Amino acid sequence: MITPHRRPRIAVHKFSSCDGCQLAFLNLGEPLLALAESVDILHFAEAGPVDESADVDIAFIEGSVATSADAARLRGIRERSRHVVTIGACATAGGLQALRNLADSEAWIEGIYARPEDIDLMADSTPIAKTIRVDLELWGCPVNGEQVLGVTQALLAGHLPHVDHAAVCTECKRRQTVCVMVARGTPCLGPVTSTGCGAICPQLQRGCYACYGPAVQANVAALSSYLVDTGMPADEIARRLLFINNQAPPFLDAGREWQARVIQRSGGEETS
Amino acid sequence: MNDNTRTGEIHVPVLARVEGEGALDIRVREGRIETLKLRIFEPPRLFEKLLEGRAVQDVIDGVARICGICPVAYQMSAVAALEAILGITPSPWVTRMRRVMYCGEWLQSHSLHIHLLAAPDFLGFDSAPAMARRYPDEVRRGLRLQGLGNAIMQTFGGRSVHPVGVCTGGFFRAPDASSMAALRARLEASRDESLALIDWVAGLPLPEDDQDFVSVSLRHPRDYPITAGRIVSDHGLDISVDDFEQHVREFQVPHSTALHAHLDGRPYLVGPLARLNNNLDRLPAELRDRLATSGIRFPSRNMFHSIIARAVEMHLALDEALQLTEAYDPAAEPHVQATPRAGTGVGCTEAPRGILWHRYTLDAQGLVESARIVPPTSQNQARMEEDLGAALTRFGLDRDDDALRLHGEMVIRNYDPCISCATHFLDFHADRE
Repeated sequence: MITPHRRPRIAVHKFSSCDGCQLAFLNLGEPLLALAESVDILHFAEAGPVDESADVDIAFIEGSVATSADAARLRGIRERSRHVVTIGACATAGGLQALRNLADSEAWIEGIYARPEDIDLMADSTPIAKTIRVDLELWGCPVNGEQVLGVTQALLAGHLPHVDHAAVCTECKRRQTVCVMVARGTPCLGPVTSTGCGAICPQLQRGCYACYGPAVQANVAALSSYLVDTGMPADEIARRLLFINNQAPPFLDAGREWQARVIQRSGGEETS
Repeated sequence: MNDNTRTGEIHVPVLARVEGEGALDIRVREGRIETLKLRIFEPPRLFEKLLEGRAVQDVIDGVARICGICPVAYQMSAVAALEAILGITPSPWVTRMRRVMYCGEWLQSHSLHIHLLAAPDFLGFDSAPAMARRYPDEVRRGLRLQGLGNAIMQTFGGRSVHPVGVCTGGFFRAPDASSMAALRARLEASRDESLALIDWVAGLPLPEDDQDFVSVSLRHPRDYPITAGRIVSDHGLDISVDDFEQHVREFQVPHSTALHAHLDGRPYLVGPLARLNNNLDRLPAELRDRLATSGIRFPSRNMFHSIIARAVEMHLALDEALQLTEAYDPAAEPHVQATPRAGTGVGCTEAPRGILWHRYTLDAQGLVESARIVPPTSQNQARMEEDLGAALTRFGLDRDDDALRLHGEMVIRNYDPCISCATHFLDFHADRE
């Protein structure tokens, strides 16, 4: 519990990841120093403090579950943390590396390492919430400083913040960014992707590639059939859906469906 | 001779202030190091495999995710390899602007390393926020320069971590004149800060520890190497990036998920110190003079001078970004269209931590058939273990565990290992004794 008698405590843990979401803290600049003055950062290996066994008010977790030791480590973190917040696509959805879940991951490891027996790697890369209870999930590859600071302040003030999962399209409208799909015919996953990134891809005149995960009530089927109408082949639709957040259910389900159509069709060609 | 007969083990279970996860185990027997293992247990993410079957733009967006600290380096090595296959020569505008964007990453990554990871060691603090209480101005200057690097990347890519602006042939969109003017004003205002940083870093109490090693870097006919050049060493190597695989051999060791690498059978160094050692004559005269007045001689054999090399490169990056954007005019066509084509291509650029080498083979649809990525930290691993053995022995194995642990961590941090890039590794040739 947070009492007036002691400063709030936070920890930042890393699992399988690129470290980019921890940078949401390390790139804060002046607010990083302010944060370090108002809370005790007890574990944040990249920034210095190492004490994974500390009791904390908020544990931020970056990265996906990937090795045989991760589950036990996570249960320990859960026991010692009042709030657990996942940061980023790896921790929240398994990450880009979860593409191995859709493949023969053992063959992948054998194709890479001469001595696969020395490699401790689970067949699947999974989100943190598959192993322990998570209080709040921040999507995004990467999450940004505003998100992690906002969550820290809200939780320490005693409430679970609301995370907006409206489609990227709403952000484009707010910013008066011309729709790349309507105006230029550029395929864009904005209609099914959650906002939070600032709609940066359409501003740079490219389509969204869904790095912030699925929007609320994402109608992936409708977008997919629109993309088909523009002439996009089934395998490309599958590829686009199965990318950064390939294990997020709306993307995974639709993506596999489109993959199956490719296999069916190429199988049909073989027999014809 | 001393009567050092210490026997025992030292374990550093989690290395602090490095990017990614690693540990150090040393076994000492009768005053000598018996075994020394820099263990990297960052779980591999098998990038080279997951890229198979993906489209060209997926590669550019995907490889950024190998490392959150140097995504631009990954994008630039990848795009160079892909353009080689597709037969695209980027316009002079694109070549210049890519270099500017890359300068942003050098500024960000080096400043983060100097201030948040390395400097606390030399001044006796365990973190940058702790150091900021005694050195508020220096830490804030560092955070500002880091922020400036981020601002450069954001200008071209919408954000600094996993930016979204790079495509084959150039950029999706050219930054507009007003955002470039705003960026340039900030760069102008920071020139003195990055110069002052060189003096500050050169004045840090850095240990003396000269060692024998091979410096490997890119070298360019005119410029300090960032985005292009031949691969050279200070021991006579001078090869095209296409011939990298004929000289560098990677091999697996049981205690690491990142492969080790040897150049012609020996460990070697990549990164800022190797780059500076090999390219002093490519520094602008003003910067060379400034470095000379610091009293520290380059080329240097002391790995602790890496932090000075980083500060020098930060000023270089800031200055280059200014010069290359002088009279900035947004390109009408920031990229050229690419037609899918089969083939194999390599790309090699100077990531903040050293040369980053990529090779891709594309099929006729333009999808990846195979990929190979050799990150700098993987290349430095063998050298790091060699250095640790020598440095700790010289430091004194009879010192107490805490002192040895701290010194070992300082040695490792000189390399700024980015362990997250242990994504490896394909095309592995077994090295079975």
